[in-house]
Amino acid sequence: MSADQTLAFDPDCHIFTPCGFPAPGLHTFLYEPIATVGGFEFTKPMLLALLSSLAVIGFFWAAFAKPKLVPGKVQMIGEAGYDFVRRGIVYEIIGKKDGEKYVPLMVSLFFFVWIMNLWSIIPLAQFPVTSLIAFPAGLALMVYVLWVGLTFKKHGFAGGWKNILGYDKSLGAILPLIMLLEFFSNLIIRPFTHAVRLFANMFAGHLLIVMFSLATWYLMNGLGFVYAGASFVMVLVMTAFELFIQAVQAYVFVLLASSYIQGALSEHH
Amino acid sequence: MNALFLAAAEEPQNPLLPHLDELVIGLIAFAIVFGFLAKKLLPNINKVLDERREAIEGGIEKAESAQIEAQSVLEQYKAQLAEARHEAARLRQEAQEQGAAIIAEMKAEGQRQREEIVAAGHAQIEADRKAAAAALRQDVGKLATDLAGKLVGESLEDVARQSRTIDRFLDELEEKAEAAR
Repeated sequence: MSADQTLAFDPDCHIFTPCGFPAPGLHTFLYEPIATVGGFEFTKPMLLALLSSLAVIGFFWAAFAKPKLVPGKVQMIGEAGYDFVRRGIVYEIIGKKDGEKYVPLMVSLFFFVWIMNLWSIIPLAQFPVTSLIAFPAGLALMVYVLWVGLTFKKHGFAGGWKNILGYDKSLGAILPLIMLLEFFSNLIIRPFTHAVRLFANMFAGHLLIVMFSLATWYLMNGLGFVYAGASFVMVLVMTAFELFIQAVQAYVFVLLASSYIQGALSEHH
Repeated sequence: MNALFLAAAEEPQNPLLPHLDELVIGLIAFAIVFGFLAKKLLPNINKVLDERREAIEGGIEKAESAQIEAQSVLEQYKAQLAEARHEAARLRQEAQEQGAAIIAEMKAEGQRQREEIVAAGHAQIEADRKAAAAALRQDVGKLATDLAGKLVGESLEDVARQSRTIDRFLDELEEKAEAAR
């Protein structure tokens, strides 16, 4: 690949030249395939997704493959992360008794999503995989199938519908309206918001970092260097902020997944 | 701003429409993570966490039992010590009493012996005095009779009269001695 292909913009383009600002946009999130295998286009985000798996497994392998009663450093960090999701999210939301079964799922989800987000600020990768809707959508779909399935398994067909639609006789005349709202809210909007919340945060964050990075480069000409400095400070600020948002969004994604499962298992929600 | 964007050739589509291939790859990547964590790594650590909790609880139990044992041993020692003190006090008391009794006995015995000796001494003196008095009476009577016989020139043969006279004389002497006392 030549330089102009990998950078996706003209490196000679600066302010005070007859060249406009190469603003980032939707195209920032599109990648040429690295390789094409039998018509299947393998792209950088896919590679990063698989590397995320490798990173998560690699870390937990180092931490938990041969766990010791008196933990080493890596095991201690692993235990802290494991305990954070287990006690901090699953036990808190679903409860210890019902939740224990879903701990592995939630731990996997949290660290997988977090690492996929984290690529955003890692040199060379510099792309949050979750800023492509397909990745959060896949995970949200999985959680959706799980909680809907659990609802019907736990409450039976009629009971499951009652649970999902918030059936409550005391509501009287407005019950049909509530049921309609609940239907849309729980079955249609919920999986959408679950995926989009993560996607949109990562999408916007990445866009901002790319925008300030491009601007820093673009402004490096004559008087523009002053503005470039300000823009570069923004890159640093946004990078630090993203580091925070990445963890928060992974946390929120798992928190919501837990609360959906809790709703499926409880009598009323 | 022309045409150096990588993706410019492709028409950017709605970002909310997921690509099926990415979705599949994402789910596969997650399935790999979930498989490793759920089947191997998390059970591993759960086992160790349980073992650790048991070890800690066991340690606490051991410490508790040791403490209880130490407490009971301490109480036992205290009880033994108190008993020993009591015994010592009792023995001392007994010894004191015995000592006092022995001293009292010895005193009584000494007193008794002293009195016996004194009494024996008195009796002996009395007997000696009587013997001396008897002997003296005889000797004095004889001497006086001899003397008187020589003086008056007559033989006082009548023993009974002699004896009566001497006795009267001696009695007078004794009365005089009594009166002089």
